[in-house]
Amino acid sequence: MIRLSIQARQALARLTLPVLIVASFGLMLLGKADVLLADRARVMVSDVLSPIYVLLAEPLGAARGMVTGVGDLWSLHAENARLRDENERLRRWQSIALALDSENERLKASLRWIPDPDASFVTARVVADAGGVYARAALLALGPNHGIRKGGIALDERGLAGRVTEVGTRTARVLLITDLNSRIPVTMEDSRARAILVGTNGPRPRLLYWPEGVMPREGERIVTSAEANAFPANLPVGMVRYNAGGVPEVEPEALLGRLEILRVFDYGLGSLPVPPETRERPTPGQH
Amino acid sequence: MALSARAQNNIQPRPTLGRRLDIASRHAMPVFGTLIIMLLTQAPFRLASQAALLPAVTVIAVWFWSLARPASMPPPAVFMLGVLLDLMGYLPLGVGVLILLAVQGAALRLARPLAPRGFLLGWFVFVWIATGAAMLTWVLVSLLTFRLIAAGPAMFQTVLTVALFPVLSIPLGAAHRTIAAPEQA
Repeated sequence: MIRLSIQARQALARLTLPVLIVASFGLMLLGKADVLLADRARVMVSDVLSPIYVLLAEPLGAARGMVTGVGDLWSLHAENARLRDENERLRRWQSIALALDSENERLKASLRWIPDPDASFVTARVVADAGGVYARAALLALGPNHGIRKGGIALDERGLAGRVTEVGTRTARVLLITDLNSRIPVTMEDSRARAILVGTNGPRPRLLYWPEGVMPREGERIVTSAEANAFPANLPVGMVRYNAGGVPEVEPEALLGRLEILRVFDYGLGSLPVPPETRERPTPGQH
Repeated sequence: MALSARAQNNIQPRPTLGRRLDIASRHAMPVFGTLIIMLLTQAPFRLASQAALLPAVTVIAVWFWSLARPASMPPPAVFMLGVLLDLMGYLPLGVGVLILLAVQGAALRLARPLAPRGFLLGWFVFVWIATGAAMLTWVLVSLLTFRLIAAGPAMFQTVLTVALFPVLSIPLGAAHRTIAAPEQA
């Protein structure tokens, strides 16, 4: 080891912090210059950490279940009455749905309708938040050979949750529809008008760019549109709600605040537009 | 007389291997302890806005150890913790690093005037540190993503960090006096 005088050593020690601060600015530039670098490092970190979270998920889930179980006991009676009511209502809707379904089948048969191909899907557990403070995303824990690809479409049991943006060996990151970078082509179900659903990082994404002459109606259902070939048509997304400022927003059908299980569908759609966050910069002279 | 008193003070146990390992692990405790609580905040507790926990506890730990045991929280280790904060907290690369280094710089400056004061004044000073850290994060994220991000999360971040400080101070203070104290080895 080189022996330095005490003064020299003190001066070096005083320099470490400023030098590292300069290095952090360098890191920011590097992160801007090579977007994929940070993404790849993140996937690596989450691949390493996800087994720990999977292990922790079980006991933590059990503890949470016990806590909510005690709360549920209190409201058992009221909950029962509510469920009986809802069941009755749903039974009526079920008979309507079955009638419409069989009618739909008959009509399709007489039209020689080409059925949509069945989509394959993988079900995975959400193990961690993958968005941090300034993004909305979820981390899925997967087994080896999971077959999930970038651009896979994630739904919870109620509706559209988001899209897969990064895939590791044991994890996948799903960018939620509420994220600032999320843009989703949608259709308003009643007017069949198209629009774009734009995430704001808030709980309700905003509806933008609908055609002139059509206004989104309060309570209107919003489904995906097959435009741009990024999504299959008619996946349930949510309902239109006007906020206090008179801006149409969409209350997502999926319970994005407490996702536990997601199904990731592979619809085999062709040219998937890559989300802007992960887009590769064209390098000059390589085209 | 004075000479013999100094000689007595210098009497120390022999530096056996076990003792040296003990000292080394006590020196390493602040950094590894910070690493472990950072990982713990990511566990699937399914709390609402759990993501805000990670930057909060990291800033608190770096501030606390930079004040209490600056020798055991060297700037290069803070740099590495910052990189991990960026990766796990999905911040643009370099933002967490800069925040933590700034917090440490402030702590090293303030260590001397703050040392003899009580906990309440320390907490009051930390309110400004937490506010500065959250605001700086917000400004940097906005700049690096080329868009104005809502300031709500930054305010929530500040409040959470300030509120968690006394809670975390108890275990950190206990560790400071026991398992992180090399002089007790």
